[in-house]
Amino acid sequence: MKTKKITKGTLITLILIFAVLIATVILENTINANSILFTVIRKGAVYSLVAVSMNLLNGFTGLFSLGQAGFMLLGAYAYAILTIPDGVRDSVYYLFRGSSFHFSTVGFFEGILGSEGAAGFVSLILGVLIAIIVAGLVAALFAFLIGLPVLRLKSDYLAIATLGFAEILRAIFQWDKLGKVTNGANALRGYPTFSDFNITNEKGIVVLRLSSVVPLIIAGLCIFVIVLLINSSYGRAFKAVRDDEIAAEAMGINLAKHKSLSFCISSFFAGVGGALFAMFASTVQAKTFTSALTYEIFLIVVIGGIGSITGSCIASFFYIACSEWWLRFLDNTQYIGDYQIPLFRNGFRMVVFSVVIMIIVLFFRNGIFGHKELADIIDRKKKKKPGETAAADSSEKESTQEGETI
Amino acid sequence: MSDTILKIDNLKVNYGGIEAVKGISFDVSKGDIVTLIGANGAGKSSTLRAIAGLVNISGGSIEFNGENLVGLDTTAIVSKGITLVPEGRKIFPDLTVEENLRIGAYMRKDNIKDDMNRVYDLFPRLRERHWQAGGTLSGGEQQMLAVGRAMMSKPKLIMMDEPSLGLAPLVVKDIFTIIREINKEGITVLLIEQNANMALKTADWAYVLETGNITMKGTGPELLEKDDIKAAYLGKK
Repeated sequence: MKTKKITKGTLITLILIFAVLIATVILENTINANSILFTVIRKGAVYSLVAVSMNLLNGFTGLFSLGQAGFMLLGAYAYAILTIPDGVRDSVYYLFRGSSFHFSTVGFFEGILGSEGAAGFVSLILGVLIAIIVAGLVAALFAFLIGLPVLRLKSDYLAIATLGFAEILRAIFQWDKLGKVTNGANALRGYPTFSDFNITNEKGIVVLRLSSVVPLIIAGLCIFVIVLLINSSYGRAFKAVRDDEIAAEAMGINLAKHKSLSFCISSFFAGVGGALFAMFASTVQAKTFTSALTYEIFLIVVIGGIGSITGSCIASFFYIACSEWWLRFLDNTQYIGDYQIPLFRNGFRMVVFSVVIMIIVLFFRNGIFGHKELADIIDRKKKKKPGETAAADSSEKESTQEGETI
Repeated sequence: MSDTILKIDNLKVNYGGIEAVKGISFDVSKGDIVTLIGANGAGKSSTLRAIAGLVNISGGSIEFNGENLVGLDTTAIVSKGITLVPEGRKIFPDLTVEENLRIGAYMRKDNIKDDMNRVYDLFPRLRERHWQAGGTLSGGEQQMLAVGRAMMSKPKLIMMDEPSLGLAPLVVKDIFTIIREINKEGITVLLIEQNANMALKTADWAYVLETGNITMKGTGPELLEKDDIKAAYLGKK
């Protein structure tokens, strides 16, 4: 038929993404680098990736899993354990009299390339990348093992089983007996974070800030890979499994294999997301990765639209901005002149936030984007002008129309 | 009689103690349209699902082109050249028509462009709507899509489970015309129907299933003339 041509909508989306990247670099180097805006960007990027990975499973393969926090935990710990520099290990693990590992990926590359100047920066990038990939692989390996028994379950039962898995994992990681590896219930710290990617001169003064654009780029690349996957024949098979398992099986799609594949890939990126989360938070502690974190991610997926990648991304930034920034003022006592506004006190933010979410769910039943992408929506608007085509036929549901090539 | 493509011998299917198919045997000849007719619960669908590997059988043998199919999974069976058009069409509602067809060719690694065009030539309605979500098509169009999707795997044998289910009489006629056309292209068709009249008119050979046993067989026109059939399935005395 036709090879996938780039539509105008896709092009506009890509341009928007590049604009955001460039704007981030410029802003971070011009305005106050401690601004909450950059926290939102970093955390939003991390949450986007995890939300998209969850969407791959819940939205595109139809597997209702709530284990995302568990896979993030695995990724975060794997990353931290691999990258804490040898020199600070003893101080991090002081309660357990040192760590059982005496190795860090960054240190390994510094040993080969040298730790000064540009060579040190390259070592940092390589070490961090390797650690991130290993973090993803660890999560994927666990997903494969857990998937063997668990993926036989359907819908709610699968959700409960994966939720339970995440909770058990959290408990295990806080276990004292594993202290030499996980540092028990104490935090891991001292590993490279996003701010280590700021370029400094010899005197240690920052000359170019990259700490906000790095998470955007890593998350963006991962999401790009997921998008390619979804548009491949594997992605189509995932969607077929979601739509109708019996028919998919009758077409020769091996259900167990494809479910496992989707579960592992989703967990891989959740693991990568966990590693990025560790870099964002600059400490890793098992108690952060509660089921509440999974619900937050799930909420983002629902708000953005189950089955929409761009929806998940935009919803992440929107969600983080609301919870961390725009609604903050509601938590403080405010005055108009001498009049103290009632209800404005600690916790009121969450009340308003809940109302905002309810309003969204009421007016956008399928999330903000439904199962469309930003590109489809842009193309759709452009198409309406030449007159309606046969689209308005017998469709109760919105058709997932692919944008015509312009 | 030409070569046998599918040979079923003493096939038994159990669902937790209930015997749905009680040891039936039949052959399908290459290039024929063969139909199994029978009332609800006669075991027709179970037979098809057993051949496709979707249910485990409890006894008997299934041979396709001389190869044993028992114990193979559906993926392997599809790649041998058998496809099932499931009951109730079961197209993928959220995928576009074109994506639905591509899924049909999932097991193939070669170029599918020609086959896609062949399906579109057979069903011009599908070409018109190739970008539309499968779920927005009418019932008849969905059935066309289900048949087209099955053809995309380049099967030697297509099995259809009640293709006329829930369709208007005129559309049913179209569907049977299509079945004959597919058959002319050299694809063997194994058809399950409750619409005995249409099925027997179309089929080269027919079997009657009753509560898990084959009670009658013969060519379509032969069976159409039998009094039992007339009384039981065609509502005539």
